[in-house]
Amino acid sequence: MSNALLFAWTGAALCGLGLFGFIVHKHLMRRLLAFNIMGSGCFLMLVGLAQDGRGPDPIPQALVLTGIVVAVASTALALVIFRRWFRLSGKVRLPEDA
Amino acid sequence: MSTEALVPWLLVVPLTAAILTLLVPERMRAPVSWIACVPMLAGAVLITVLRTGATIYSFSGWEAPLGISFTVDGLAGGMILLTAIVSAVCAVHARTSLRDEASANAWFWPLLWFMWTALNGVWMSADLFNLYVCLELLGLAAVGLVALRGTPEALSAALRYLLAALLGSLFYLLGLALIYGSYGALAFTTLSGVLEAVPTVYVALALMAAGLALKTALFPLHSWLPSAHGGALTPVSALLSALVVKASLYVLIRIWLHLTPASGSLAGAATVLGLLGAGAVLWGSWMAWRQEKLKYLVAYSTVAQIGYLFLFFPLVTSGEARASGLAYDGFVLMLISHALAKSAMFLSAGNLIFAVGGEKVSDLAGINRIRQTSMVSFGIAGVGIMGLPPSGGFTAKWLYLQSALITGQWVWIAVLLAGSVLSAMYIFRVFHHAYLDGPPQATFRTPSIWLESSAMFLALSSVLIGLSAWAPLEWMRLPIFKGSH
Amino acid sequence: MQEGLLPILVLSTSLFAAAVMFLISERSAALRNTVNLLAATVQFLLVVWMALRVLGEAQYETRLSIVAGIDLVLRADALGIMFVGLSSLLWLCTTIYAIGYLEGSPNCTRFFGFFGLCVASTIGIALAGNLFTFLLFYEFLTLSTYPLVVHHGTDKALRAGRIYLIYTLGGGILLLLGVAALYAYVGNVEFDAGAMMPIEDETLFPALSWIFALLIAGLGVKAALVPLHSWLPAAMVAPAPVSALLHAVAVVKAGAFGIVRVIYDVYGITFAWHLGLLEPLAVLAAITILYGSLRALTQTDLKRRLAFSTVSQVSYIALGIALFGPLGTVGALAHLIHQGLMKITLFFCAGNYAETLHISRIDQLDGVGRRMPVTSAAFTIGAFGMIGLPPTAGFISKWYLGLGALDAGAGWAVAVLIASGLLNAAYFLPPLYRIWFGQRTEPWPEGNFPRWCETSPWLLLPTSITAIMSLIAGLLAAMPFSPLYWADVVVGRAYLQ
Repeated sequence: MSNALLFAWTGAALCGLGLFGFIVHKHLMRRLLAFNIMGSGCFLMLVGLAQDGRGPDPIPQALVLTGIVVAVASTALALVIFRRWFRLSGKVRLPEDA
Repeated sequence: MSTEALVPWLLVVPLTAAILTLLVPERMRAPVSWIACVPMLAGAVLITVLRTGATIYSFSGWEAPLGISFTVDGLAGGMILLTAIVSAVCAVHARTSLRDEASANAWFWPLLWFMWTALNGVWMSADLFNLYVCLELLGLAAVGLVALRGTPEALSAALRYLLAALLGSLFYLLGLALIYGSYGALAFTTLSGVLEAVPTVYVALALMAAGLALKTALFPLHSWLPSAHGGALTPVSALLSALVVKASLYVLIRIWLHLTPASGSLAGAATVLGLLGAGAVLWGSWMAWRQEKLKYLVAYSTVAQIGYLFLFFPLVTSGEARASGLAYDGFVLMLISHALAKSAMFLSAGNLIFAVGGEKVSDLAGINRIRQTSMVSFGIAGVGIMGLPPSGGFTAKWLYLQSALITGQWVWIAVLLAGSVLSAMYIFRVFHHAYLDGPPQATFRTPSIWLESSAMFLALSSVLIGLSAWAPLEWMRLPIFKGSH
Repeated sequence: MQEGLLPILVLSTSLFAAAVMFLISERSAALRNTVNLLAATVQFLLVVWMALRVLGEAQYETRLSIVAGIDLVLRADALGIMFVGLSSLLWLCTTIYAIGYLEGSPNCTRFFGFFGLCVASTIGIALAGNLFTFLLFYEFLTLSTYPLVVHHGTDKALRAGRIYLIYTLGGGILLLLGVAALYAYVGNVEFDAGAMMPIEDETLFPALSWIFALLIAGLGVKAALVPLHSWLPAAMVAPAPVSALLHAVAVVKAGAFGIVRVIYDVYGITFAWHLGLLEPLAVLAAITILYGSLRALTQTDLKRRLAFSTVSQVSYIALGIALFGPLGTVGALAHLIHQGLMKITLFFCAGNYAETLHISRIDQLDGVGRRMPVTSAAFTIGAFGMIGLPPTAGFISKWYLGLGALDAGAGWAVAVLIASGLLNAAYFLPPLYRIWFGQRTEPWPEGNFPRWCETSPWLLLPTSITAIMSLIAGLLAAMPFSPLYWADVVVGRAYLQ
């Protein structure tokens, strides 16, 4: 197995872990962390699969950079809304999960 | 003027407006937005009228696969025009309805413009990753709009929406990673016809479809929608139900029509989507009928109507050219008329709630004592949702029926007819309450003329489009369906 | 010569009136009444003009393209003129009646607005040139009549409205499926006498049969064919003008008219007979005729008795159509008009009794002939017409129906007609006896009506007009422009094709 494919499989494993955590955990902070892990897994897969047998490719790197920016923005928004909601309601889980 | 020059402006103008409304003092944000609506509407109209064939524009002249290109064909052009009209009217409504809510009024306008930019980006993108970016931007703007109200309920609805949107995006990204890994390209022009019927491709497409279905709130992945759309501010609900949920569906349609392998069989996947759509129609209508609050009723109605839209998939893969053409026409018409009717319905519902001072359907008792306009526009929009003549919803349903009858797909015919009956149940429930006698007029307020006319304009448009459907259908027909008429 | 403007002009008159009506404030009664009467008169005059031109072989057609291959078509042919003439004439009368009936009631603006929309849909149905247009206006009729049925806003009215909706929307779905299937299998179906005749493909015949069943079921709901008739008695809770125009004329006649169109102008009478579709329809019509009359016998409420009488009488039209032969058709078409005139007279009288003397049950009718002679005379004319006694219009149409039945060799249909006549007598003669020969024990309730007039002139005038017209249609049936004459013209043109 080439290096690139190893990255890809690790990425897939991280995705699976992240998805599992996202679904099973109910605490919103953990869900956000799980989402971030899943995102990293996706990025690893993207780069790993693209470079398997092809050599360095600028496009996936550009895509991953964009993806990281998007993930940061999403996480920031999620944190802000979560923090405001926690201040107003005192809860850390969504009402249907409590 | 060539239409290629128009394409970047459709993205630059709303982005500039977004930044402007962030910088400008609060009380000027609404007027600035109104002014910015004018070039947007003009651009949308011009691109519809002047376009011949598909307009392709590559940013900075860098062609695919290295550059990002945008394509404006019939479907994209129609959606751009639809977005412009609905957003402009909602902007008119928002100026009056949000005037008394300070923070909401301040942040609504920038978020509206970011949403508009993202929508135009989605309609015009011809590249899988660009679609991802635009969908993300759209999701973030929409979540912000949902959270505007600031109440704990609004914030929890926003969180729920954000989690669902993020999960959907990640699935989409996973699918995209698999496709790029196999084929090394992301542009539609490069990929169309290239994908083979191998397991990797099927897994990738399934992942993308799952992610997009989550973002479109297809049953059973719809649980985030009612609280997000039902609990938001009125113009926000209108924009979300009319346009935002359609964006991910649009991406799914593009992938279905352009990217799916030609050799493999899609019938199984189409049937699955169709059955989920049928479930949405039945479940959404049932839940809508049971709702206490008016806006939640309308939100569940969106869940049901999205089910109708997903009936497109089994109808278009039937194999017969004429049936596919009719299915596509019905889908496009339903997309447009639902957007118009649902936004009209939300705006009217907001006006009615303002008038009676209560959020429940039962609070509508006695509404007949004040100026009737909002009830009438709700009624006209309801006629469109029910699919009764003379609305666009009826003509769209007719086209779907024709398509299903030609190929003998009786299941979908049954779903269409059952859906009509069920939607009549919850729409007439609202009328029922409106006819009851209620508290004296002194407790009712009359909505301003701006609020009522914006709702009425959209409602009348949804009827008008039903009676003159041949024109938009002509404009929005894709080349693959052109031969079937 | 083809001119497109006149049909759309007739339709727009009532649409425009309805739109204007919604904008008028509740308090400006005089303005509202003026607009109403003006619009109704203008429309009636336009229809008369159009009728005269159509008689002179003029052709009017307006086309609007909806989607590729499907047009919205408004065409004025002889059959359409009959129905549109009835509708606009009775709209005028009912507007006058409604102005008087609803004086001082709340929500008049809403009422008259939807009233105008209802008339517009009826005109659209009458002038429809193909099945798609017919379907469009037929469903719109459901939507515009619902607010009129639930006008009072009471629990009873809303419940009746719900029943009405369940039946009419359900029928609408069946009709939609039938029409859509017809378009999918056969293509664009324009109303042209016998347009479907050239179907050679035998494999389509079973499909055409169940499509026919669907169409008749969908139309039969509004035409109150048994067992789809239950909405009609329930809808009697609506105000009297609504019961009069809608349930005597607009809604039920729209259903019957649709059945005529489907059999004559879509399937063609010969083809329908060839497929074996007419016999079941005739049997169903006969059952409805008898069932309606039997139920009417047991009703104590005056309006409900009249409602079941409508159920029974409208099926005469279906029976006449289903009998293969020109005479039956002439009788049926003439009855379309005659029954409208007579039944609206009866409902106007019932409304008069209710408004003036608060009479709603038949046992309250004792001696009312002396208190309200003009109304009671009109009631008598209407009742005689229902029974089929000369010289009323009812006699003429029944006569032709009987001739048509004999002509088609359906002797059993004659028996049904005779039985129905006897039953009609059984449930109309006792109230008539009470009215003229009954003795009332308590004094009549007081009301503020002019001394020279037994009730409000707004209520009395239309009643008298429609009663006189029922007589004239019978007496002068042989003259040109009588309903019988028009029926002859329609049948002549249809059978000559």
